[in-house]
Amino acid sequence: MLLCCFLLVTRSTRAQTTTDALMIPQNFYCAGAMYTTNYWTNYWEGTFKRDNGNIGKLTTNTYSFFGNYGITNKLDVLFNAPYVTTNASAGTLKGQHGLQDLTLSLKWLPYQTKIGSSVLGAYAILTGSTPLSNYEADFQPMSIGLHSQWASIRALVNYRLDRFFLAASGEYIRRGDINIDRNSYYTTHLIYGNRVDIPNGNNWLISSGYRSIHFNAEATLQQTTSLGGFDIRKNDMPFPSNTMNWTMAGVMFKYSFDRVSGLELTAGGDYVLKGRNVGQATTIFGGVLYLFNFSKNKPKS
Amino acid sequence: MKKYRFFKIALVVSLPVLFLGSCNKSIIDPTNTYKPLAPANIDINADTWKPVLITSATTFTVPAPDAVTSPAYVADLNEIKGYQAGLTSAQRAIIDYWSAGAVLRWNEILRDLVAKHNLPPYQNDDGSYPAPSSTNPFAYPQFPFANPPYAARAYAYVSAAQYDALVAAYYYKKQYNRSAPYVNDPGVNALIPKSTLPSYPSEDAVVAGASVEIMKLLFPTEIAFIEQKAAEEMQYRIMAGANVRGELTAGQSLGAQVADVFAARARTDRAGKAIGTPDEWVQLQTNATSRGDQYWISLESPARPPQLPLFSKVIPFLFDTLTVVAMRPAPPNLAGSAAFQKEAAEVLYYSQNPTRDRQAQVEFWADGIGTSTPTGHWNAIAANEFVKENYSEVRWARNLALLNMAQMDVAICCWDTKYFYFNERPTQANPKIKTLTGIPNFPSYTSGHSNFSGAAAAVLSYLLPDRGTKFTDLATQASLSRLYGAIHYRSDIEVGLQTGAKVGQYAVQRGQSDGAGN
Repeated sequence: MLLCCFLLVTRSTRAQTTTDALMIPQNFYCAGAMYTTNYWTNYWEGTFKRDNGNIGKLTTNTYSFFGNYGITNKLDVLFNAPYVTTNASAGTLKGQHGLQDLTLSLKWLPYQTKIGSSVLGAYAILTGSTPLSNYEADFQPMSIGLHSQWASIRALVNYRLDRFFLAASGEYIRRGDINIDRNSYYTTHLIYGNRVDIPNGNNWLISSGYRSIHFNAEATLQQTTSLGGFDIRKNDMPFPSNTMNWTMAGVMFKYSFDRVSGLELTAGGDYVLKGRNVGQATTIFGGVLYLFNFSKNKPKS
Repeated sequence: MKKYRFFKIALVVSLPVLFLGSCNKSIIDPTNTYKPLAPANIDINADTWKPVLITSATTFTVPAPDAVTSPAYVADLNEIKGYQAGLTSAQRAIIDYWSAGAVLRWNEILRDLVAKHNLPPYQNDDGSYPAPSSTNPFAYPQFPFANPPYAARAYAYVSAAQYDALVAAYYYKKQYNRSAPYVNDPGVNALIPKSTLPSYPSEDAVVAGASVEIMKLLFPTEIAFIEQKAAEEMQYRIMAGANVRGELTAGQSLGAQVADVFAARARTDRAGKAIGTPDEWVQLQTNATSRGDQYWISLESPARPPQLPLFSKVIPFLFDTLTVVAMRPAPPNLAGSAAFQKEAAEVLYYSQNPTRDRQAQVEFWADGIGTSTPTGHWNAIAANEFVKENYSEVRWARNLALLNMAQMDVAICCWDTKYFYFNERPTQANPKIKTLTGIPNFPSYTSGHSNFSGAAAAVLSYLLPDRGTKFTDLATQASLSRLYGAIHYRSDIEVGLQTGAKVGQYAVQRGQSDGAGN
């Protein structure tokens, strides 16, 4: 029969995200739309890397709307709402689609100091996420997500020297149980009940790059690790509570137009270098952002 | 300013805690909450019930027990007292677990092993598939691949062996009429509900002995795990004050002796040859073509050989092999016929217009790889009902044996139909039909789920008439889930339910005449 694997949907809001040190000024609002495509043909069952003729290439497309508002210069609120479609190029399993999970974040800059001509900042980012629709989570790898509520806290340190920066951050993610449509399931033993314990996780990320008023370029390297879960056995189906680990490298670019004040374009990609119970995914994204100024003293960027 | 900073710190500390704490993490497995078994009726005359295979309890050896005044018995009592003087919480958990019932827990263990071993082999580099080997069970792919027919047979053998072993045990229980340890010695506490059933040989040990012996054959890579479970159960009986060691030893021995009768049958019931040969697989295609039908091809990549095509030849429990052929339904709609196209169009509709409710139904009944199979699902349904009935162990075993013999026999009939007609799945006829669950690797007509569910509903409705249409409603849902999942035509599920009900009636007739009453 068929089998395969699943990759947690990757971040889609990349400009002023929950993983960078960019803050939006007070009473500014940044609205954006992003297209992300994510695909893989190889995946890992535990540590066993394989492809699957019953899946072929699994493609996940994400269309997301997001926003970022400056409550103060040091406190932002962000949201992201994605619509996701999946499709397998081979096999018989039907692709899924639907509104996925709403994430809401608070991003706070409690501490910033100048050291000579450089700036050191410390950030805290709280994120909460909840499904926006009753999509099927127990149809991996076709499902559009895990249908789990989760909350996370990230601490980030950013060091900036002129136009170059280096940032490092760590995140702890706590995931809630989910209810599936079955009343028994096998992990490392058979469990009776429809409630599934989704493992918590953490993420470590370093990024470095160049930021000017008009152009940003950065590279990232990150490691996401499940704190629990279990491996997909050889030729088994994936399951929402599998351990899912991956090391991913990526680049991101952003360009702000001079002529059209407030308009920005962003694009980039990621690649999974190494994983466990995930697909070796390539991600490419592109988006458009527009900055609105709701503050009283208009001119100022 | 200071106050502001305090609030800031409070916010920083409390928000993450509130946030992270808002995710609900609590899994409760309802099978861990079952109450200790307290039979409403000990079925003292179960020695007169009709067994499945054994001819007489007297063909087995159960030595007379030691006198209750003997030093050996007194030593056994002291062993109980020693445990009871210092029970740990882990030991109490063992008592809580096993006191729900031996037949119930062994049925759960079997479902667990089926789910664990229900994995299709991964292909070789050349695109062929390795087959599990009972003579080399640890080599990849491990033996067995507990697919639906293999599993149905396993459930039948384990349940029937437990039942016959308990019938034999009742004979000796009455013959030797030994009271429970807590009756013979007031210094022994009964940590589970007391029973007036004679305690030599122990019914728990009989069930364990039979289960271990037959499961060694069915799951040869799991012997250590199975033996450890049995040892734990024996320890439970002693710790709970329910049996002395001598009663357990005699019980395990009797259970194993009875199970050997079943193991001998299992070795010669033709299941070992069910995989067939490449020549036989080609012959199936020829048969379909000669009927003017399109023959089945595997929709897996690489194409996988058909699943146990000669399972149809396995010897059933409830009737003979001629009856299998006699019950074979009329042919499916010929590929390309108007009736066929109409049904294929309906499948395409369900493929293209899924609703969330239908998808939930498909997932609920998927019972695909890595699950305890449809038979395991129906065992779980049955077990959930049986725990409410406070059955004796022997009635538990008898009722599961009726259910699971029907499951095995309906698997034989269903596989006979599938491989006699060898027709194509909807997706083979129309690749636009994408499915909401995996397509099983065998022909379409008739639906396995419908056969299993029709048979299970007939047996359970007989055993529990006060449940009304509960089981037939569930069977209908199970069979419709296969149409909604876009892997079966409507005629597959309708005819499958009918065959299932017919096979189920054979088990009902057996139940009506086995001396156990309803």
